[in-house]
Amino acid sequence: MTLSAFLFQAINGLSTASGLFFIAAGLSLIFGVTRIVNIAHGSLYMLGTYIAYSLAMKIGGAVGFWGGIVLTALIVGAIGALIEVVLLRRIYRAPELFQLLATFALVLVINDATLWLWGPEDLLGPRAPGLAGAVEIFGRRLPSYDLFLIVIAPAALIVLHFALAKTRFGRLMRAATQDREMVGALGVNQAVLFTSVFALGAMLAGLGGALQVAREPANLATDLAVIGDAFVVVVVGGMGSISGAYLAAIIIAEVKALCIAIGVVDLGFMSVNFSKFTLVAEFIVMAIVLIARPYGLLGKPQGNVRSVAEPENPIRPATPMLKMLGAVILVLLLALPLMAQTSPYLLVLGTDVLIAVIFATSLHFIMGPGGMHSFGHAAYFGLGAYGAALLMKLAGLPMLAALLAAPLVALIGALLFGWFAVRLSGVYLAMLTLAFAQIVWALVFQWEGFTGGSNGVIGVWPAAPFDKSGAYFLLALACAVAAILLLRRFLFAPFGYAMRAGRDSPLRAEAIGIDVKRIHWLGFAIAGCVCGIAGGLFAFAKGSISPEAISVTRSIDGLVMVLLGGIQTLVGPVVGASVYAVLQDTVMRQTEYWRALLGVIILVLVLAFPQGIAGALSSLTRKLGRKSGGAA
Amino acid sequence: MSVLSVRSLSKTFGGVHAVNEVSFDIGKGEFLALIGPNGAGKSTTFNMINGQLAPDAGDILIGDKSICGLAPRDIWRLGVGRTFQVAATFGSMTVVENVQMALISHAGRILSLWRPAASLYRERALELLAQVGMADAADRPSRELAYGDVKRIELAIALANDPQLLLMDEPTAGMAPRERNDLIKLVKTLVIERGISVLFTEHSMDVVFSYADRIIVLARGRLIADGDAAAIRDNAKVREVYFGTGKTFQEASS
Ligand SMILES: Nc1ncnc2c1ncn2[C@@H]1O[C@H](COP(=O)(O)OP(=O)(O)O)[C@@H](O)[C@H]1O
Ligand SMILES: [Mg+2]
Repeated sequence: MTLSAFLFQAINGLSTASGLFFIAAGLSLIFGVTRIVNIAHGSLYMLGTYIAYSLAMKIGGAVGFWGGIVLTALIVGAIGALIEVVLLRRIYRAPELFQLLATFALVLVINDATLWLWGPEDLLGPRAPGLAGAVEIFGRRLPSYDLFLIVIAPAALIVLHFALAKTRFGRLMRAATQDREMVGALGVNQAVLFTSVFALGAMLAGLGGALQVAREPANLATDLAVIGDAFVVVVVGGMGSISGAYLAAIIIAEVKALCIAIGVVDLGFMSVNFSKFTLVAEFIVMAIVLIARPYGLLGKPQGNVRSVAEPENPIRPATPMLKMLGAVILVLLLALPLMAQTSPYLLVLGTDVLIAVIFATSLHFIMGPGGMHSFGHAAYFGLGAYGAALLMKLAGLPMLAALLAAPLVALIGALLFGWFAVRLSGVYLAMLTLAFAQIVWALVFQWEGFTGGSNGVIGVWPAAPFDKSGAYFLLALACAVAAILLLRRFLFAPFGYAMRAGRDSPLRAEAIGIDVKRIHWLGFAIAGCVCGIAGGLFAFAKGSISPEAISVTRSIDGLVMVLLGGIQTLVGPVVGASVYAVLQDTVMRQTEYWRALLGVIILVLVLAFPQGIAGALSSLTRKLGRKSGGAA
Repeated sequence: MSVLSVRSLSKTFGGVHAVNEVSFDIGKGEFLALIGPNGAGKSTTFNMINGQLAPDAGDILIGDKSICGLAPRDIWRLGVGRTFQVAATFGSMTVVENVQMALISHAGRILSLWRPAASLYRERALELLAQVGMADAADRPSRELAYGDVKRIELAIALANDPQLLLMDEPTAGMAPRERNDLIKLVKTLVIERGISVLFTEHSMDVVFSYADRIIVLARGRLIADGDAAAIRDNAKVREVYFGTGKTFQEASS
């Protein structure tokens, strides 16, 4: 490739960096002051593009376009203030996990609201009045609007920088970022400060989204795509640092541009198309930075303000009643293939539920007792599913062997990713696990030759006798029962206690000779391994596996299942997964707006029902004075 | 030979000399009090001995083995138990399970995946709890206990690996005067029975003067005195540190 093409891509990268900067700066400011990672920031960005589109179309002309962009920023800022007042204000003291989930619920709700308002089609805005042309650079034509974008980001950075340095509001913000208690002590109205900061952050996102209107069509998938990028930028740059956000936006955009510019490289034995690995590349950059500088390039270690979870009861072995209940349910499930002869769908649903149960139970293993809130459990599901499918398709393994290999493939992935993940905690761990899951997703999505790309792997059907839905259901049942009992056994053994010890008090755990990181790493690996079983079962149950099935929504589904059941109980994930999987198969399939529905479920859970179903039941039985096993 | 030798230990935090060229020894079975005003560097000294903080300079020896650079868990394996200024136990476990965890770890069975932990070393754990007077609370969740009782649990945990040295940072913080006295008395008896050496900090001078075998005094990171109760009481520098601020020993302890 030529140098000029290379430089052209580099300049192109700079204009991409602009959008990234706006959203990341907003995300970063909000986190700095409120300590909330607003996953819905990508949604605000997306809203920006849609609103700017509508304004430009309705009003028209230069006023509609340029005035529309400014107006959009203000509107999105107002929406941000509204969100802060109505929702976030209630959860500042809630555990981090709940904050993350609540903002994710917003993603779902805003996405469906956008679908409802604007419809599913991509909407391309008008050309920018006054900047519709192109300039010739390195022998290629670069739209003038892109040049404008390249300039506007550093301009905004400078304005923000001075605003933060010179104004009272800016000084307050910086003080709050460094020490929240101090601001409270100064008698500053914290509520007003938080609302303003959230509005400012939202405004930046809205502005960033609005500026894209002449460049890219408004699209409903933007929210998650962009928040992934923004996470990477914020983490690389350092939470709370705006200059860091700019630096990181440039690095990430340039790394991507570099991948595209390199293109296909012939390595002799095989040729690699680097332009297919842009997503992988950016997450690798993030992983490296997180390991080398856990607080980002320009970030500072954050004061420890981790909110502690609700106090948890000691775990107790299952009561006779719980054992009986389990046995009855097991007998009923064993009889299901007989009962279901008239409605085969029941068995398909049953298998889905069992897969969800394995998935959620394995996630709970690290989330609950381990205190590691993984936002990327889909990775191990995906590794199991793709591992099994590809081993059967490409290596010709028989079905059962492929199914056995699934947890091993997932185990290898979990050992690798887990080693990095346990070095972090809180939101950083959440983001790193999410990043790893995105790497897996991006790999299978972009590596078409091996994984089938967006089509996935098809024709992964189980061999006889499991090709009958009854037999397959029983196979899934056996796996689920084994997984539940095994993980439960581990939790009651010293290993499980050590995991909880490391979560309850790392200081005390280390002081009695427990290597907390190592224990949590092994816990992570065990959870990933068991999750791989769920993935393998899924592939054979559906006869195929595609990237869609292992996307971030699957990770979030898992979190919701665990919370729905109750994170502090051991039967919680089983209950939660069952209820959720049935809901998903029945209610959610009925409506086009299932995302909003899911979002509302999450919000209700977080705001009104933080103990989950099993948690609420067990505290109810305790209140009734029964000697029922507290956390069993 | 000393159980613990601290040699010219130093630590600075961004220009603040938290601990400055501090040296002292503890003999076998000795009950040594480390006193000094708030911010004198006591906790920092503890944290370096226990491996939580790396010293900037100096050396720490257990017997004749240097423990600089070792992790807290490795130092624990050398027989150094510890209680924290802010008591730390496992809140989601019962009292006896807290002690059992230390015993399981001591036996090297932490990675075991099969036998239920609650059945391991329960008897021994109950014995330890009885020694600190907490046997009745064995099956209560540890997070439900009063703060003073949590400190006792910590003591039982710290005794689980038969330590030769016990580090106790403000073991009586947050306790009523009566309770303070009882706890230190308890520690002293255990120490004599088992021949353990103890380094502890304590704000109540009454308690220190009546129980400590020897007292060392830190002020602004420097060791300013080392001797028995009488010597410390009459030491001019110590009086200056405590009285110079217009405080008596008692007031300084609040
Ligand atoms: N992690 C730390 N970072 C910065 N300064 C610290 C840190 N820990 C202690 N200090 C400072 O070191 C000095 C000694 O503190 P500390 O050892 O806690 O004193 P003591 O336990 O005697 O009250 C104090 O000035 C304190 O502010
Ligand atoms: Mg202290």
